[in-house]
Amino acid sequence: MTVDIAARGPATVAALSGEVDLECSPAVRRALLDALRDGRPVIVDLSLVSYIDSSGIASLVEAYQAARKQGTALMLAAVSPAALRVMQLARLDRVFNIRPTVDDALAVLAQ
Amino acid sequence: MSRPADPAAAAPAAPPARARTAATDSALLARLRVPARPPSLRIVRRTVREAALVAGADAAWADDLMLAVDEACQNVVRHAYAAAPETGDMVIVVRTHPPSDDGVTVDILDFAPAVDPTRVRGRDLDDVRPGGLGVHLIHAVCEEAGFQPPPDGAGNLFRLVKHFAKPPVDG
Repeated sequence: MTVDIAARGPATVAALSGEVDLECSPAVRRALLDALRDGRPVIVDLSLVSYIDSSGIASLVEAYQAARKQGTALMLAAVSPAALRVMQLARLDRVFNIRPTVDDALAVLAQ
Repeated sequence: MSRPADPAAAAPAAPPARARTAATDSALLARLRVPARPPSLRIVRRTVREAALVAGADAAWADDLMLAVDEACQNVVRHAYAAAPETGDMVIVVRTHPPSDDGVTVDILDFAPAVDPTRVRGRDLDDVRPGGLGVHLIHAVCEEAGFQPPPDGAGNLFRLVKHFAKPPVDG
């Protein structure tokens, strides 16, 4: 599992890849909360996530709640089929702000 | 209802590849003993997924079972050995589901003190707080999931059953 953080336009893009499980979800949580620290919107790119479990979903929920608390946008983008399946099972697919691509998320921010 | 004994099981010269136990008439697919630590979960996931495919599951079905078993094993890693974290093992046993191999049964055994099943509950879906989500996922993909009386020498036995064909839903 890797987390790549990059600035794109007005936002920070956090790209997760690989298996987000109990072993590495604490690192995801820290990376997302760190990314939120400067107040820029965060787009979490989930296109390369091959697996995610409840601990990974919980890390996303926690980041989402932290973003809302500080009034910062946090969007999920390009959610892989594997990750979407778990979000649907968790009935969280309509809780998160999910965009089809990172570019689409950036376009929403530009509006 | 019991099946007649498999005559092949009585032939010691050529044991069947999938030995059947008389008690349950289920075939053992995999048996794995790993330390109850987070890095073991990857090993468990790979094993369970492959076992489900060998049993005839399609990829999506195997992925769902893999998720449920991972979540159940996480409970062992996080809670069962809470008094002395990462000191014990867990055993994962994957079998075809009797009587007609219409699914897969997964037993997860640990050697920790017995847990109180009333404390293991699903979450309120209106509540988006982290926690309890794992139990919800288990019940979302498995027809049966719960603690069973553990065999001698084990602390807890959590059993998951997932059927290949779900009964038709009315409406």
